[in-house]
Amino acid sequence: MSKNHLVALNGSVHPLEEIPVLDFEIFQQAILDSAKDNNKLVCLTSDQGQRAFAVMADQTSKSFKVFQSIFPETFPSLTTRFLQANLFEREIAEQWGLQPIGHPWLKPLRFHKQWTSDQYSLPWTLGDPGAQDFYNIFGDEIHEVAVGPVHAGIIEPGHFRFQCNGEQVFHLEIVLGYQHRGIERALVGGPHQLSLKMMETVSGDATIGHSWAYLNLLEALAGFQISDRSSVIRALALELERLANHVGDLGALAQDAGFQPTSAYCGRLRGDFLNLTAEICGSRLGRDLLSLGRANFDIHPEYSQKMLKQLSEVEVDLLESIELLWNTSSVASRLEGVGIVSKENALELGMVGPAARASGVDIDARRDFPLAPYDIIPLPVALEDSGDIYARAKIRATEIKTSIRFVRSALNAIQNMESSTVAPETEYLPKLAPNSLAISAVEGWRGMIFHLAITDTNGHFERYKIVDPSFFNWQGLALAMQGENISDFPLCNKSFNLSYCGFDL
Amino acid sequence: MLTAELPFLALLLAHLAVAIFVPPFLFGIIAKVKALVAGRKGPPLIQSYRNIAKLLKKQIVLSMTTTWAFLAGPIALVVTGLGISMVIPMGGTESPFGFSGDMIFVAYLLGMSRFMSVLASLDTGNSFEGLGAARDATWSALAEPALFLGMGAIAFFSGHTSLGPAFFAVGSTWGNASGPFILVLAGWSIVFLVENSRIPFDDPAGHLELAMVHEVMLLDHSGPLRAFAIYGASLKLLVTGTLLVRICLPIKSVWWLDWPAYFGGLALLALFIGLLESVLARMRLIRVPQLLVAAILACTFGFLLLFLEPK
Repeated sequence: MSKNHLVALNGSVHPLEEIPVLDFEIFQQAILDSAKDNNKLVCLTSDQGQRAFAVMADQTSKSFKVFQSIFPETFPSLTTRFLQANLFEREIAEQWGLQPIGHPWLKPLRFHKQWTSDQYSLPWTLGDPGAQDFYNIFGDEIHEVAVGPVHAGIIEPGHFRFQCNGEQVFHLEIVLGYQHRGIERALVGGPHQLSLKMMETVSGDATIGHSWAYLNLLEALAGFQISDRSSVIRALALELERLANHVGDLGALAQDAGFQPTSAYCGRLRGDFLNLTAEICGSRLGRDLLSLGRANFDIHPEYSQKMLKQLSEVEVDLLESIELLWNTSSVASRLEGVGIVSKENALELGMVGPAARASGVDIDARRDFPLAPYDIIPLPVALEDSGDIYARAKIRATEIKTSIRFVRSALNAIQNMESSTVAPETEYLPKLAPNSLAISAVEGWRGMIFHLAITDTNGHFERYKIVDPSFFNWQGLALAMQGENISDFPLCNKSFNLSYCGFDL
Repeated sequence: MLTAELPFLALLLAHLAVAIFVPPFLFGIIAKVKALVAGRKGPPLIQSYRNIAKLLKKQIVLSMTTTWAFLAGPIALVVTGLGISMVIPMGGTESPFGFSGDMIFVAYLLGMSRFMSVLASLDTGNSFEGLGAARDATWSALAEPALFLGMGAIAFFSGHTSLGPAFFAVGSTWGNASGPFILVLAGWSIVFLVENSRIPFDDPAGHLELAMVHEVMLLDHSGPLRAFAIYGASLKLLVTGTLLVRICLPIKSVWWLDWPAYFGGLALLALFIGLLESVLARMRLIRVPQLLVAAILACTFGFLLLFLEPK
């Protein structure tokens, strides 16, 4: 039997004609078959509403399977048979007006007009995202609680609709799209001079993750090689980003549980990690740290030493303050057994990152689809199996420890590496391989950040698709709240801490 | 009795002055203790006064759906608090307006302030405030039996139903019946923390509209109404704290020793709250009623034990 798909590696480029074009029915069946082999759907999308592309991640062979087909005007929905397709089909319907027939909940994702016309695809889109029909439950005792898009506290806008019986939540529906900026659409015809800046702000707290994923793709398409030293600096920055966010989240979790000590200390320590990044590049979020073909800033030996020293100082306080979180029974009672996502559900929804690992799903793009230097300095994958808030917090704590170890060995390694950040500074935008497809995956702190680019005959982006880990995991949050108390929502939400703008794009 | 020696007016003024000026200071102590434990400098002790003064100067924004009940909530909180402060004994002296049966009066004034603030929050039609009000009402329904049983124990032991003389009797005979009163103290401590929305029952520093109780009921109150609500909450802390302090204060002495002892007791209580909030996390809301039932049981056993104790 001839192969019905293309096998692609992380950061590899393939001419489009290498991907077999399947009949749409066979295309869908191929996705389902691939899913039966425990492959995960990472992307299902279209370029300009005509060709259909599906990318399945295959952990065992450390590669991606790419399927291609042509979209009919209407097509039978996969969602009822394969839940991971749910949001992708809604996205396709919204962007191109293609109709997935039989989709159980065909609502817009981001409430924008079609890319190809000035029309809204779906009848729901008239008016405010929060003022739509929601999944409803009726009964004398049932009440509806609407939260957001404006929240108490400095967080992003999103609308949450709870169907409650007293304190108990029966159903939660999350509506996002308030921060839709049209990033993917702006990249059509790119890359532009400002595309990298845009990538840094796909989700500001994952600046390194998204910009690395983008650069990895661009370098592949342009045929650039980056030096070992640059890739170590990138990984170092990525782990510092992970550390800052995980530490901040554990602090925020403690704060929402009303537990002051860990909250106060982690709040400060998060700043220390951000400052380590700032000392490399001058920006606490790592803006401008990465650039095409290289890392923008070098880490000199004396600075490595300084960072190692600071790291050791911070580590002592940090581990102590996290230990306090586990050893305080009043905190444990808030975290344990609350907001459970079972392994089956996590797999069915295609959840990624720490949230998936907390439910026992053994995935980590750093191990499964490694970019240099993760192939040389491997990281153990943190796993828990209870799937509750505690597990999600515990995963963060474990990853903090492994990331600190990684940063330490990277800082040591970098001192012995030849100082060759000096890939030529590229003011110009490189010429990209035409009519090609490239994929890129980086394990950001929330999970796998997936980018896909398809170029046209002139080597410009015909389609640039970003899949932020939050795209899958928001559904996990909604599921985790079923049957829980509404007062546990803030804590549950914080344990996921998903990106609104990363979803809204 | 010291009351006979002190002019009634001086006592009245003293109670009024304490009720009006001292309460925000307790908030200041709590905030300071929490900050110091967390390694921060913390706001000045008089920050709450400044906040109240600032809010008093601001405008009130009223939703179109609200009625007089919305205004009545914070006002009732202050009025009932002042009312209670007139009948509870503060610093070793009796209260200015104490009367036989004022225990019941105090309990029902607390209930009334609760009732009015629940009404005020329901009046907005805000779904969060409704959630908060439901929680508040549930908890107070469970806290009330504990309060009454404790009062019953004190009344039974002292033979008085007025708080002033009753507390003297308790205070001067701690040694005789300490067991029952330790139980009452334990039960009332829980009631005290619930009534004042402190950790582990509610997080006064919280900002999570879905999990809050007391704060969420005040989301729509602005300007002077909010100032009243903050001052009223601190006043409630003072009057309910006074009940705890007066059980603990050992013996009746001369007024110039008893009053400082009373203030010292209040400061210690605030310190204790600050420390508690520094080391404890908030409970899950569904567990709160369990602890309140424990409070009821503690007070019940305190009451029953008195039948065994020699008078």
